[in-house]
Amino acid sequence: MHTLLDALVVLLVFTNLRILGLSRINASIRTVAAQGVLLGLVAAIANAGHLSPRIILIAVVGIAVKGVAFPLMLFRALRAVKIRSEVEPFVGYIPSVLAGVAAFLISLAVAARLPLPVRPASDLLVPTALSTLFVGLFLIVSRKKALSQALGFLVFENGIYAFGVGIAYEAPTMIELGILLDVFVAVFVMGIIVFHIAREFDSIDTTRLAALKE
Amino acid sequence: MFLRRALLLVTAATHAGLALATWFVRTHDAWGGALHLDEIGHPFLMILSGLFLAAAVYAVGYLRRESPGPRADFLEGFRFTNAPEAVFIGCLLFFLSTMTLVILSENLGLLWIAVEATTLASAPLIYFHRHHRSLEATWKYLLICSVGIGLALLGNFFLAVAASGSSGAGGSLSVRILCERASQLHIPWLKGAFLFLLVGYGTKMGLAPLHTWLPDAHSEAPSVVSALLSGALLNCAFVGILRIFQVCAAAGIASYSQGFFVLFGLLSIALAAAFLLAQRDYKRLLAYSSVEHLGILALGLGLGGVAAFGAMLHAVNHSLAKAMLFLLAGNILAAYRTKNASEVQGVLRKIPVTGALWLAGLFAITGTPPFGTFVSELLILRGAVEQGRFFVAGLYLALLAVIFVGMAATMTRMAQGPAPGAPATREDRLAILPPLALCLLVLLIGVYLPPPLDAALHRAAAALGGG
Repeated sequence: MHTLLDALVVLLVFTNLRILGLSRINASIRTVAAQGVLLGLVAAIANAGHLSPRIILIAVVGIAVKGVAFPLMLFRALRAVKIRSEVEPFVGYIPSVLAGVAAFLISLAVAARLPLPVRPASDLLVPTALSTLFVGLFLIVSRKKALSQALGFLVFENGIYAFGVGIAYEAPTMIELGILLDVFVAVFVMGIIVFHIAREFDSIDTTRLAALKE
Repeated sequence: MFLRRALLLVTAATHAGLALATWFVRTHDAWGGALHLDEIGHPFLMILSGLFLAAAVYAVGYLRRESPGPRADFLEGFRFTNAPEAVFIGCLLFFLSTMTLVILSENLGLLWIAVEATTLASAPLIYFHRHHRSLEATWKYLLICSVGIGLALLGNFFLAVAASGSSGAGGSLSVRILCERASQLHIPWLKGAFLFLLVGYGTKMGLAPLHTWLPDAHSEAPSVVSALLSGALLNCAFVGILRIFQVCAAAGIASYSQGFFVLFGLLSIALAAAFLLAQRDYKRLLAYSSVEHLGILALGLGLGGVAAFGAMLHAVNHSLAKAMLFLLAGNILAAYRTKNASEVQGVLRKIPVTGALWLAGLFAITGTPPFGTFVSELLILRGAVEQGRFFVAGLYLALLAVIFVGMAATMTRMAQGPAPGAPATREDRLAILPPLALCLLVLLIGVYLPPPLDAALHRAAAALGGG
């Protein structure tokens, strides 16, 4: 079981690096979708020792929302705005990937200093969660397009979700579902705003959003 | 149309009525104890309810004045439309319910859901005027606050880890349970949780240097929404910080967290002072003033003791005064069609009631006697002096003086002078009465603090380990 889990977690790290290196938004959305499915599987397998209806529900809803619903919404927004389908980064693709690798190494060092009271199912889980979080933040600040920034937010959320499912987290199911619902609506609202930005500016380049500053 | 506005008013009045009833009736917990009105939540519920009632009355007049069709933007001249009124009122009501949920949440997980929901409810409100500047403000607001709230979620997970070590607690996020078992919490993880929650909710609360969304959102939103954002929403984020502080205090690391409150508080006041001085847009001026006052709240909480009571009182005062000023800014904006303070002159002549209240509001917000803000700012100063923290006290006083000069220079210049264009038109009563009522309340608190309110604020401060 552990080898399978470790393999999935390593795949998560690869999806992070892949998103950083991709130039096409279509492919980025698909990679984030794959990451969502992986996360759902990790949630199920990490808690396989005590598989309860709660865990299954969280995993299934997670896959449905992160692996299917988000990508569909983002693809719709992408089609609606008819933009050139490049990510347009401030930071180049190769430096981005290197930043992702650095984030993972730093996360390993940080996680080594944070001993969990209860040992997680995989030792790689916490560093991976942290690095996913960093990669998400990096995507938000280093990409020009609103849609790419929304994708970055999704990756950031995935990192937090990975941390949540990795630790033996015993919150009531209602709360966890509420969290998923909130994130769902957040992405939904972002999709709408992306659509409006596209209509207003004929592009979703956020460097055009520069009227408000000191 | 009439029905929708009536619904808004009736809901606001009902909410206010029920909130008032909590003074006299014992409340019961709901949802298995997850919803619980405690000493800390009580004053904030009062503020929210009162402000929303004032804002609802103002909003009815505002919606009547807003022409429904496309019209020209006064800054750049392009044409734009407003969002449908149904969306506006619907989001206002949803906003009210989510903020109420924040205040009543006893479980930190539920509180997180509610805070995130307030962001989503208010984003369409900021984007009411559909043009590119409000769109930019909304996008910034949505993205920055969502990331902030995401960090707060991570803080909640850290808290669950901190609690999971204790026997059988199972990582519950109920504030009551966490406080009861505080001695068993894993302290390093609790400290991590505190930092993430402070940064997360601090973003939403507008603490420097995480406040960058705030001036944009406040200046581009309709004034009535700005009033609610500043007076009610920032407080809700503050409640989130108060909850984690409760847990930290119970676990014996109150002084650790208070150090951060003092630091972020002073930083916010200093940064607001710097941006206030050079500010030409009067709605942004008010927004930076909110950064300042939320900084004062954090500072008061960080000092503890009598300053904690001062902070609670200041939360009430600031909400009332700031909401009043934003509503008045809406009146000025409607009359002058510019947000640039240097193009506004003679408010006292052109719209006399608004002008007079604007000046009163200036004194109320800068903490001049006899307004309530004076009392609360003085209490926080006393807290600093009593603890012998003279450097903090001196810096605090100096910054307040700078801010007074900065705000007074701009705001008095706007009020005085000859009025341009047409002579005074009769002002809409619905645009005057809500700010007038708020002004009288701040004045009342300064002159005579009603004993029930005094007692409620003392209970809240006591729950936070202050006096």
